[in-house]
Amino acid sequence: MNVDNLSPDELSPDEKRQTPAFSTSLKQIISFAITFLICFATWIILSGRLDFFHLGLGVIACAIVARLSSTKLISRRGIENLPRQWFRFVCYVPWLLYQVFLANLHVMSLAFNPRLIEVIDPKIIRFKSKLTRPMSLFIFANSITLTPGTITVFVSITGEFTVHVIDEYSGLSLPGEMEEKVAELMGE
Amino acid sequence: MSLLAAILIISGLFFFTGGSIGILRFPDFYSRLHPAGKLDTMGLLMTMTGMALYTVQEFTLAAIFTSLKILLIIVFVFITSPTATHAILDAGVRAGLSPWTAPGKGERE
Amino acid sequence: MESFFLYGAIYLSLIMILSLYRAVFGPTVLDRMIGVNAIGSKTTALLVLIGLIYQRVEMFVDIALAYACLNFIAVLAASRYFQKRKGLYDEHH
Repeated sequence: MNVDNLSPDELSPDEKRQTPAFSTSLKQIISFAITFLICFATWIILSGRLDFFHLGLGVIACAIVARLSSTKLISRRGIENLPRQWFRFVCYVPWLLYQVFLANLHVMSLAFNPRLIEVIDPKIIRFKSKLTRPMSLFIFANSITLTPGTITVFVSITGEFTVHVIDEYSGLSLPGEMEEKVAELMGE
Repeated sequence: MSLLAAILIISGLFFFTGGSIGILRFPDFYSRLHPAGKLDTMGLLMTMTGMALYTVQEFTLAAIFTSLKILLIIVFVFITSPTATHAILDAGVRAGLSPWTAPGKGERE
Repeated sequence: MESFFLYGAIYLSLIMILSLYRAVFGPTVLDRMIGVNAIGSKTTALLVLIGLIYQRVEMFVDIALAYACLNFIAVLAASRYFQKRKGLYDEHH
């Protein structure tokens, strides 16, 4: 998925001219803090020790990592509506899991079907997505790949998808409800 | 709680079985990726959730950390599994393997 | 419950033999990689099951996490390596 190699700081000129709600330094602090908290939560889960020495090491390591890579994780452009986006993301994940579960059952029925060769009909379909931002293309492509029966072969930066589908039924839902959900998720 | 964990683990093993049989029976490698990458991920999700539930039964701090780690494995696999699937598929596309199409239906495009 | 985990682990190993067939006899290199990847993701579950059998989950969970990492990196590296090779069909010639 070649869509996510644009760094968040490569803004187009007209987006730079928008008056931001926060100043740049405050945005830096916020993105640093969020990255630090995520790293530190992972550290605590992985180390599992709560004494002073291990927590101190964790603070130092997470501060270095957050200082170096805070711009990579959190895009400074849309930091104002980050909580809303995360809330939408939390709502999106159960729906995605439900879809994945349904599609899994379908592929299971295919795998146990005695007349497998006659039932499946693999083909490659192409469609143009209306999503534009790299992050939403990334999420959409990964969601397609996570759903059994469909694998993303290629995504161009302009949103042209090439998808390998295993049979008619799996290809019916493309590009349908999932694209709507992703568009709603990313606020497009 | 322990019954729920057992049910989750058994259904996860069922998904794993489907994945293995799918890998054996599907005709070419593009279609084999469908059961391999995804049924295994779903099976892993279910077995891991079951085992995390079983672990968290004894409600101590260490048990909670262990089951959080198991959940971390699930999150990790859910992020990396599409990427790995796509990497194998991309290697096939660039090497020029043509996908298998159903006999008699292949000339339609 | 321990014997349940034991039978689950044995069953999982038997399933892995099925995937091993694809890894050994797969017609192309990429088929072998699919088989290895499938075995790897089953091993991640098997490691935690072994931890539950021996009642040392907190140790085996770390091994499982490292194994999941390693499985992902191995597949990425192998596919990046083989995509430069033309003619993956020609393995049997």
